[in-house]
Parts: sequence; C-alpha cells; structure tokens
Amino acid sequence: MPLDAVPLTCRHCGLPLTGAATERGAFCCQGCAGAYTLIHDLGLDAYYDRRPIEAAAPPVAPDGTDGADPLLGLPDAVAVAPDGSCLLRLSVDGLHCGACLWLIEAAVTRNHPEVRSARANLTTRCLTLRWTGSAAQAVDLARLVTRLGYRVAPFGAGGAGAGADPAAAHERMLLRRMALAGFAAANVMLLSVAIWSGVGAMGDATRTLLHWVSALIALPTVAIAGQPFFRSALAALRAGRTNMDVPISVGVCLATGMSLVMTINHGEHAYFDGAVMLLFFLLVGRYLDSRARGRARSAAAHLLALNQAPVTVLAADGLPQVLPPARVPLGATVLVAAGERVGVDGTVADGVSDLDASLVTGETLPLAVAPGAQVFAGMINRTAPLRLTATASGEGTLLAEMVRLLEAAEQGRARHVLLADRIARAYTPVVHLTALVTFLGWVLLGSVPWYQALLIAVSVLIITCPCALALAVPAVQVTASGRLMRQGILLKSATALERLAPVDTVVFDKTGTLTLGRPDLLPDPTLTTAELALAASLARTSRHPLSRALARAAGPGPVAEGVVEVPGGGLRWLGPQGFVRLGSRTFCGVTDTAEEGVAGPELWLTRCGQPPRRLLFADRPRRDAAAVVATLKARGFRVELLSGDRAVTAQALAAEVGIDSVRADARPADKCAHLAALRAQGRKVLMVGDGLNDAAALAAADVSLSPATAVDVTQTAADVVFQGDGLAAVAETLAVARRSRALVRQNLIFTLLYNLCAVPVAVAGLATPLVAAAAMSGSSLVVMANALRLGGFKPRDGGFR
Amino acid sequence: MNSLLFLIPAALLLGGLGLGAFLWAVRDGQFEDLDGSATRILYEDDQPLPRRPQ
Repeated sequence: MPLDAVPLTCRHCGLPLTGAATERGAFCCQGCAGAYTLIHDLGLDAYYDRRPIEAAAPPVAPDGTDGADPLLGLPDAVAVAPDGSCLLRLSVDGLHCGACLWLIEAAVTRNHPEVRSARANLTTRCLTLRWTGSAAQAVDLARLVTRLGYRVAPFGAGGAGAGADPAAAHERMLLRRMALAGFAAANVMLLSVAIWSGVGAMGDATRTLLHWVSALIALPTVAIAGQPFFRSALAALRAGRTNMDVPISVGVCLATGMSLVMTINHGEHAYFDGAVMLLFFLLVGRYLDSRARGRARSAAAHLLALNQAPVTVLAADGLPQVLPPARVPLGATVLVAAGERVGVDGTVADGVSDLDASLVTGETLPLAVAPGAQVFAGMINRTAPLRLTATASGEGTLLAEMVRLLEAAEQGRARHVLLADRIARAYTPVVHLTALVTFLGWVLLGSVPWYQALLIAVSVLIITCPCALALAVPAVQVTASGRLMRQGILLKSATALERLAPVDTVVFDKTGTLTLGRPDLLPDPTLTTAELALAASLARTSRHPLSRALARAAGPGPVAEGVVEVPGGGLRWLGPQGFVRLGSRTFCGVTDTAEEGVAGPELWLTRCGQPPRRLLFADRPRRDAAAVVATLKARGFRVELLSGDRAVTAQALAAEVGIDSVRADARPADKCAHLAALRAQGRKVLMVGDGLNDAAALAAADVSLSPATAVDVTQTAADVVFQGDGLAAVAETLAVARRSRALVRQNLIFTLLYNLCAVPVAVAGLATPLVAAAAMSGSSLVVMANALRLGGFKPRDGGFR
Repeated sequence: MNSLLFLIPAALLLGGLGLGAFLWAVRDGQFEDLDGSATRILYEDDQPLPRRPQ
C-alpha cells in the first residue's frame, strides 16, 4: 500500500496516527472524532485550512461527564444585568491562534440566536460571552467550547468573576496619558521651535501669544499626565524615602509653574516644552513596562483558573458526586477518568495507569502507578481510570505549595532596587541642596532681589531635571532587549539585565533544559533490523513517549494489529510466532539483572523461545549544551547541575556536557534551599530551568532563564524566556547583560559630567531656555547614541549561530 | 502674523481630532488584544479560504 494513501495524522488534532486509530477512521481518539463531527456539522470546516500548520488543535479528552455540569458553579460566575442579559468570562486553555478565535466565536454564535456577542482575547486567553436568557445556559455554551477540544474555567478564579481587572485598567490609564502627553509634546515643541527661531526678530506680543497657547496645552497635560509621577513621589515622601519620581515631579512642577509666571509677566523664556516632553518619554517607558508585566500576570491567573476543574468523588452512598477540588474531604474516594487531570493529592486505591507528571516533576516520561502509589494534583491520567484516596486537597496540595513557594521567592526578589532608583536616592538631596545654596548665595552674596535669585535657583532645578539620567538606563535596556529579541530571547522583567550582569554562577536543570526533554533510542549494534521492525510495529500503536521514540527511530513501517496496551506495563501482541511483549522489566517477566550497564529508561522485548532484548533510551543533551557549558566555564562562570532526577542519570549527563558540580534528587524546596545557600555564600546565581518543579527555584535565584517550551507558570516565574532548541541563548544573554552594564555605567558617567558642566552655568544665572533645551536634548541624544552601540557588538566567541 | 490667529487653532483642532480618535480607540478596547486583532483580520469573513493544496 502506498504510504500517502493512508492518513498519517489525526484529521482533528494532527498527532501522528497510531495503529489502533485507523479502525476509527482518521482520528486518534473518540474525542477528536467528536470535535471533528461537531465542527463539520456547524459548517466550520474552514478552521482546518486556516489554522497554522505547526499549531495543531489540542487533542480532545474523551468527555465522560455528559449531562453533568462540567464546571461547577458556572451559573454563579455569570453576571446578570438588570435588563436580563448575561455576561460570562471564561478562561480558555488551548487558545493559541487566530483560527481558534474564529472557531470558538463562530461555534458559539452559530445556531445560538440568544448569544449577542462572543469575543475571545488571544492575549489573555479569555472568552467574553453575552447572551439574553437564563444564567443556566452558561453550562451549554461552556460544554460546546469543551467539545471543540478546549478546556474552560471561569475567568479570574479568585472570585472577581466578570469584574474588570484593576491592572488592565491601570495600563489603559497609562496609554491614555501617554497619548495626551504625546499630542501636547508635539504641539508645544512646534510652538517652541517658532519661538527659538524668532529670537530677536519676534515681537513681544507674538511671543507672549505663543507662550499662552503653549500654556493652554501644557497645563492640563501636566495636571493629567503627570499624576502617576506625582502620586508615586508623594507616596515615597510620606514614607520618608525618595525615588526617581521625586526629582521628576519637582522638575516638572517647577518648570511649569515658572513658565506660567514668565508668561503672565510677558517674560522671554518659558520651559513648557521641556516639561511636557519629559513626561511623554517617561510615560512611554512606563507603559511598555506595564504591558510586559501584564502578560506575565495573565499567564499566572490562567493557570490558577484551570486548577479549578471539578473532581468526581464517590460519596458514602456509592453515587458519584462532583465537587470543587478545595471541598474534597480528606480520605474521600476520588474517581479519575483516563485523560483527566488529577485534582487532589492522594494515594491510588484501585487501578493501574500511566500518569503524565510533567507539570509537577518536570520529567517527560509517564509515571506508572499501581495501588498504593502517591499521586499529586496537576498530573494527567493517561491510560486507565483510577480510584484515589484523597490525602490533601485545595490549598494543601503539592501544586498549591509550589505556587506559594513561587510567590514567596518572588517577594524576596522584589527587594532588588533599580540602579536608577538607587542613584535617585543620592541625586535628589544633592540637587535640591545645590538649588538652595544657589538661592541663598545670590540673595546674601550677589545682593540681587529675592525673586530673581529664586528664578536662578529654579533654573538650576530644571537643568538638572534628570532627563538624561532617566534615559541612561532605559535606553540601554531597550536596545539590549531589541537585540536579544531578534535572536528569540525575550526579557520579561525590567530588572533582569541589571541582575544578570553580576552573575557568577549558572545552575542548570536537567530534563528539558540541558536535554531536549524527550527520550531517543540509543543505537545498539547487536539489535537486528528484524527485531527493531517487530518492536516498532508494536510501538506504533501506543502514544507512550518511549513507544514514540522507538517508532521514530525505526521510521515508517507496518503497524501490528490487535495490540493490547496494559496500563503501567507495556504492549502485548499475539503474533504468528506466539506472544510478543514490549514493556517494562516486570511486565516482560525479565528476572536476570546481569545486564545492568547504563542506567536510563528502558523497554524490554520478549518473544517465545528467544532471549529477551533490552532497548535503552536516553534523553539527549541539546546539541550545543557541551559547547555552551565550555564557553561559560571559559568565561569564569561556575556551572552546576541541579536535578530532581536520580543521581546516576544526572551524573552521566553532567559528565557528557562537562559539568563538575552535580546535585541530584532535589525536590522543589531542596532546589530553593540550594540556591539560597549559594546566595548566602555571596554568589550571584542564574537558574536555567523549565519544569513546574523549577518555578520556585527560578524565582529564588537572583535571575532566571527558561526555554519557551517550559510550562506556563515557569515562564511566568522566569525573567528571560528563550526560543529555539539550542542553549546559546544563555551565553548570549549573559554577554549582552555585561555589555549593557558597561554602557549604563558610561551613560551615567556622561550624565554626571554633563551636570558638572551645566549646573555652574545655571548657578551663574546664564541658563536661557535655548541653552537648557540644547543641553538637555544634547545630553539625551548622546546617551541614546551610546546605547545604540549595543546593537552592533559581536559576542567575543563569535557566537554559536 | 495675523494668520497665526487661525493657523494655531486649526493645527490644535487637527491634532485634537487625532488625540480624540486615539482615546476613543483605547476606550473601545482596540488595544486589549493586539495579537488577536493581528490574526483576526485574516478570518473574519463569511467566505472560507480556498483549500490549501495537499
């Protein structure tokens, strides 16, 4: 049969088809077939043409809860308006492309005339539904989305429900202020250019008119757009501190106030342009910063919402009962269907299955469980139904514990004070003292009228208004993040670069970070082609990662028919030569332990009348792992491996990539403790990790990196996320950070020199607005130009790309 | 210089119109989901795309 005649991938989710699936048509599972039928019946087949090729639909979990409310208390999350219309926000998991938006919106509105609007948001992965009717319809609509293959939960699981997000409102407020300041800056600057070019030639009345027009624009702008700075400065002053906002607020207010006085008195000079431009530049920076943090926040909220999936509990009368995970009593019997996420911590009471534990442990290989085994909330049950005895639920679960660790660690890091703020603390008193001394000096020694002395003192404050200083750090950061972004490295935290520069220790997680996080068949010269072909023909029927690695190694080939998959054991097939078994050591009945050799994941192949064969797998290191480790060591970094895996496996990998210092068997709390110990020794630690078990460690380190393949919460915790399957990003990020630090220092030294030159001019009473504008924008331009040099430099080693 | 008396208000009016449009767009939620809007423009029609050649 020609290969292209058989569909090789599922028509819905695009996963490679395995043997058993061909009996059901071109679908990998019942859920996918259901979703395809639903989409087809709604006339939305265009979805399959529209979605990106690489982004397949999420595989659908077979829905075992037909008829029951799949989400507890969904009608309670509906906000009912007085006119009878209902509003519901749902957090949708699996929403990742424009085609998903279109599919969900079209599916919900088609054949549902009562739905007034459905709007999905790709950034927050939130679906907003409005309809007229009863709140109970929420269940039908949510189930429709579930049947398409997406998982849903009420948005904002904290109970806020349909309420607006205060942080999002803050971001919109910044955007509006930025627009206002931008408009004002452009117009005031136009008028100012006219005034400057008209010096000497312009009549008094015209200049005053232009000043009044500028004042008309600038005054409301300063009053409105300056509020975030004024508030922050006031809050800092009340707490007895100063921050960068204090000199900014003082400078802006004084410049505006003095310009107004000048305008009223038909004076020659007004500084409206400087005040408004400064506000605009600063607001641009604040808005970009707030947007970056907003994304991280929404990812965290999303994870928490999905944690709320209901749990089926077997009540005392033997009837199943659906409960929210937090309300499951300890000792209760919980039913977990195949494909379902485990909602509580517990021990297996009955049943044998494979659990996908990647969210909890970061390990990619499924965990085979049998009665007595311990399971944790967040794991996904893969192969067979299980009965658990709950030992912890809600806030007591390991998953909740990890989120708490993460939050605690992040609070510790929030104490990092930005370099710019540290400078502001020293800068503010010095500047204000200088102004005071200037005033007193002119009054006492210069014997000029007090108001003239005040004007000179104010011009000192304006010319030292930290324009270049406020730009010195952000300009470098913007250039650095632009350079990194072109290489697929995203800086999530504003302070990441500052914290990266002093790093002297790099700690790697193992699975998924140093390695690719998927097993590959190790080449074995004694394995015959016939044996490999036989094993692969069984393996193609299974979705277990080891089976898929075997199938990948063997390439395309026939699929054995009638293979039975034994959960937690392996595959069994009655072939022409008798039973063939492919699976774990115990499943295949292998008793001799002579063939220990290399440790690692293994499969055994047994056939009638022939000795068992052992197939070894290994999680391969990323292709450039050894090179990157060598580079880092050559640059003087201490490199460590910190893994939750067994010591033997971790040691083997460390030896392969050249890491000397290894710590294995580390649980999430151990990882945090280890990092804390390193920091206590005075080391600055960079943690690179990808699993949820690393999330707390990432937050506990001075700074952290995570690959884009990591789970959401880990990416949230990490300061930097890098794409691609190489580790070169680690070395590159560190190099850019160090280079940025050098440039920031140059900028700060320049700003200091500028102030040393400009302040005497202002103190001497020689600063006109033209001098001030030229000096201020000149210094800002120099700082910007210096920052741009970062884009051009080459990594010392020539890079890996 | 008398031309300034109407040129300046005219310039401010035009700039103000732009500002007003932007503020309206923010209020209207057009900056809520920039990623979504970028892809949405490709799909919001009633005619399905031609089939992709296999």
